Amino acid sequence: MTVMIDIKGLDKEFGGVHAIEGLEFSVEQGQVYSVIGPNGAGKTTLFNLITGFYIPTRGDITLNGESVVGMDPNRLAERGMCRTFQQMQVCMNMTALENVMLGRHLQIRANLLTSMFRLPSLLREEKACRERSEELMKFVGCGDYLDTEASAMSYGALKRLEIARALAADPKILLLDEPAAGLNGTETAELEELIRKIAQQGVTVMLVEHDMKLVMGISDRLLVINYGRKLAEGTPEEIRNNPDVIAAYLGG
Amino acid sequence: MLQRFIDWRMNYVLVLAIIVFVVPLLMDNPFYFDLATQILIIAATVVGLNLLVGYAGQISLGHAGFYGMGAYFSAIATTTYNWPPLLAIVVAAAVVGLIAYVVGRPILRLKGHYLSMATLAVGFIIAIILNNESELTGGPDGMSVVPLSLFGWELSTFGLYSMFGFEIPGHIAWYLVAGVLLLVAVVVAQNIIDSPIGRALRSIHGSEIAARTVGVDTTHYKSLVFVVSAIYASVMGSVFAHFTGFITPAIAGFDYSIVLITMVVLGGMASPMGVILGAVVLKLMPQFLAGFQEYETAIFGFILMATMIFMPKGFYPTAMNALRRKLGRYSGGEA
Repeated sequence: MTVMIDIKGLDKEFGGVHAIEGLEFSVEQGQVYSVIGPNGAGKTTLFNLITGFYIPTRGDITLNGESVVGMDPNRLAERGMCRTFQQMQVCMNMTALENVMLGRHLQIRANLLTSMFRLPSLLREEKACRERSEELMKFVGCGDYLDTEASAMSYGALKRLEIARALAADPKILLLDEPAAGLNGTETAELEELIRKIAQQGVTVMLVEHDMKLVMGISDRLLVINYGRKLAEGTPEEIRNNPDVIAAYLGG
Repeated sequence: MLQRFIDWRMNYVLVLAIIVFVVPLLMDNPFYFDLATQILIIAATVVGLNLLVGYAGQISLGHAGFYGMGAYFSAIATTTYNWPPLLAIVVAAAVVGLIAYVVGRPILRLKGHYLSMATLAVGFIIAIILNNESELTGGPDGMSVVPLSLFGWELSTFGLYSMFGFEIPGHIAWYLVAGVLLLVAVVVAQNIIDSPIGRALRSIHGSEIAARTVGVDTTHYKSLVFVVSAIYASVMGSVFAHFTGFITPAIAGFDYSIVLITMVVLGGMASPMGVILGAVVLKLMPQFLAGFQEYETAIFGFILMATMIFMPKGFYPTAMNALRRKLGRYSGGEA
């Protein structure tokens, strides 16, 4: 197994607050790796550090063996990293399909000239992009919304749309920040199935999630953090039986 | 049927072409043609500005600066240095595009009020330079400009031309040239919007975070659209200089920048027909308000305020949405 993400001595301070302190772990290719912890433990901060939205105070993050500290999110996307957000980031001024097509931005070679005159090479690429995006929308279960304005979609559908957009970028690693938040039981079960299918395609998935049933069901490994520090790491079985975790998080 | 027509990508260009070429049949007064040509030129300018403001969600409060730069570059190159006008227009566009890139790259990192302030300053600087470099520009008194000519064929508002077997006076010929330029400007802008570049631009407006996550280099695209809209302004500024034959630094001034932005916002952001309508309304309104001269600005301001309160999306999108809803109801289809 090759290491996809390797994190060493990661620190993030906001003013005097240590949001992340001395975190070390690594994620192997093809794993579903979940990060859990109480509210305010630093899970989303960790995601923002990995995906380039925050710059670490100290420490190193490597992606496929390359140090990516301080790299902009768009450059990380070029290296195969994509994510979704706890606070959904969907372009409400576009249709659902356009949002997914946006995800294929890096796969399209368009320049100003081919765009201005709609040259055949551009139209070919756009057609392929549209077909792939429609396929992905069906894959995540948004097939009924192809030409719907994003602003007219339900919360649950938008969450899946965000996943479709991330998949459109052909990611090697996909980070999902609380994908099940606000979903009902049926929707969560569908999501679990979806994440499993994504992982089967060889995409490494990192997950921040509060829904324990979901996390325990699909994760290969779990990282438990509390106050920005590692509390435990291991398989779902190990985590379930770890006395520290039981005391601090699962509430005894 | 009618509903599908409204939604088809380029249909509005056809409608626009019909309007542009039918309107002159209803006018007989050279003054009307002069005004209409000015409207067409300014409309093409705001179609370019709309790419930046309406689609990418950025702002430029100094855009008249680029318009003025194009106008003065053409004026000086052709009148003082005897360049061929077409060459001057192209070189002006390249120079203005380059300046817009150098200026835009750092300031487009700013957001909201800060970006407004920075672009405002750009406009001021250009206007001040045009005012002060009086040896080149004639200063506040302005300068005259030679008529537009293409390969020895001169286009002057006072000329007389034979086209398609008709005798066409210069003011009508100019109107037709400006009309074709507007249509080209609209088609090019629409093509950009419908391309992956347009999608990236709109995503910056919709969610810059989402855009960056999927790999959109937002700084690059903001600079790109800033340059494109500056080139639009420069070319139309050049055309305007040749059309009127006399320019003053006022065309690069703050007031004029505000007028351009108002046309975009009032007519309807992210809607080419909307911003053209905005240009028409804002250019015509002073003519209708001329009777109430001392209250003109007050009435004008009141109309702007009322529009922003009751039609925040602008005239055109509001009207089209109402029309779509109506048609949807009658045909039983989706609104």
